[in-house]
Amino acid sequence: MEAEIPHLGGGREIDGKSMHNVRLIARLDVKGPNLVKGIQLEGLRKMGNPNKFAKKYYDEGIDEIIYMDIVASLYERDNIKEIVRRTSEDIFIPVTVGGGIRSVEDAREILRAGADKVAINTAAIKNPQLISDVSLRFGSQCMVLSIEAKRIGDGQWEAYYDYGREKTGIDVVQWARQGYELGAGEILLTSIDMEGGAKGFDTELVRTISDMLPIPVIASGGMGSIDDLESVIREGHADAVAMAHVLHYGSCSVHEIKEECLQRNIRVRVG
Amino acid sequence: MKNVVVIDYGMGNLLSVRRAFEFCGAHVEITSVPGRVERAEYLVLPGVGAFADGMSELESRDLVKAVRRFAKTGRPFMGICLGMQMMMEAGEEFGIHKGLALIPGTVSMIAKEGPDGSSHKIPHIGWNGLFPPHDNGRWDNTILHGISPGESAYFVHSFSAVPAHPDNDLAGCFYNGLRLCAVLQSGNVYGCQFHPEKSSSVGLRIIDNFLKIQPIRQ
Repeated sequence: MEAEIPHLGGGREIDGKSMHNVRLIARLDVKGPNLVKGIQLEGLRKMGNPNKFAKKYYDEGIDEIIYMDIVASLYERDNIKEIVRRTSEDIFIPVTVGGGIRSVEDAREILRAGADKVAINTAAIKNPQLISDVSLRFGSQCMVLSIEAKRIGDGQWEAYYDYGREKTGIDVVQWARQGYELGAGEILLTSIDMEGGAKGFDTELVRTISDMLPIPVIASGGMGSIDDLESVIREGHADAVAMAHVLHYGSCSVHEIKEECLQRNIRVRVG
Repeated sequence: MKNVVVIDYGMGNLLSVRRAFEFCGAHVEITSVPGRVERAEYLVLPGVGAFADGMSELESRDLVKAVRRFAKTGRPFMGICLGMQMMMEAGEEFGIHKGLALIPGTVSMIAKEGPDGSSHKIPHIGWNGLFPPHDNGRWDNTILHGISPGESAYFVHSFSAVPAHPDNDLAGCFYNGLRLCAVLQSGNVYGCQFHPEKSSSVGLRIIDNFLKIQPIRQ
């Protein structure tokens, strides 16, 4: 199958320009009512009201928002629904919610609260059929398969869940392909090794999955600079890039990132 | 205040549509009652999903006739995404299915390859620029009034409307060299392939323009 669909990544170039607008996504990890930022998915720091951060990024021109409820598997989840509901009042771009979604009913509640897509990791690993169920009920465009990948060798990654705490023994490449075949419409691909380090993406990981699958791949985990963004688009063929650290700590504004992308011939939405 | 009726037929995220129209100052009623649909001042048919499912959900609620009758009143009508596609005569998603037939033409799968033979990802997901089919003078006094060619809206679709008459083609976008229909128009019947409610300030301006459209006297 992979041989038939070569080099589909959005970062693929024509005359040095990326083919399509690359989506820039703000990833907000949420714990209870707070935006938090962790390092390698451990050691959390409270950052404040996630709605305020999301609104700021929206006003600055971010293309999408991802909320990840990082304790949802363990505690109650009314907080995230309230955050999503408030988001829908004044933010008019696509919103994805992940964390603790275990059933079609959970997905329905999150979509009802105003999310456009759900990102599922743990529950999909435990029950891959959930990918098909959500995709058939709400459309594949709603079903984002979230994969946490840890490098275990040359060109090899193992899928993890519970924010890098639990290993599965599952090969990421095979899992991504299976997820696509079951009906996932997008892959949110987080490198556990690079997440929170601000030292760049696992470009090889992103390229491997993006070139293999005919659905979009969102690269997540590791952005520290525009150079990192450029390499994950040009070399990693990412269709979309999720960023957290650089935005939350204010080292770059969305506007600055987009300006710089245009300078470098990377196509992004303007305005 | 403009009164907008949003049709609820079990397909898609109605909250976002409601919020966006409310943000633009409209009063929004979400309903699946055919009589309310037919008497709407402004009508919106949203929707995400498969063509056949959408049509059968409309039929099971007795909404097909109501929508078709509304479209003949000359009052403003907007279809969004699947709602836009269903405005065509037929859809070719998992077999051939009859549409609302408000605009001549069909809905077919986005071609798997660009004109140069290169492949691309499907669905077409993301922000893409809107361009008029020929000159750019045609957007005045339409829902694209004041939008500059090239301004982006948010798309997510695997199928694409193919209007039979160029007159119904108000705007398109380009995906790997393929031109895909982005906005349909027939009188006050408008279809947006993209999601104006998810297209940031451009989408809000389009909704705002829609709310300024005056009924056409029949």
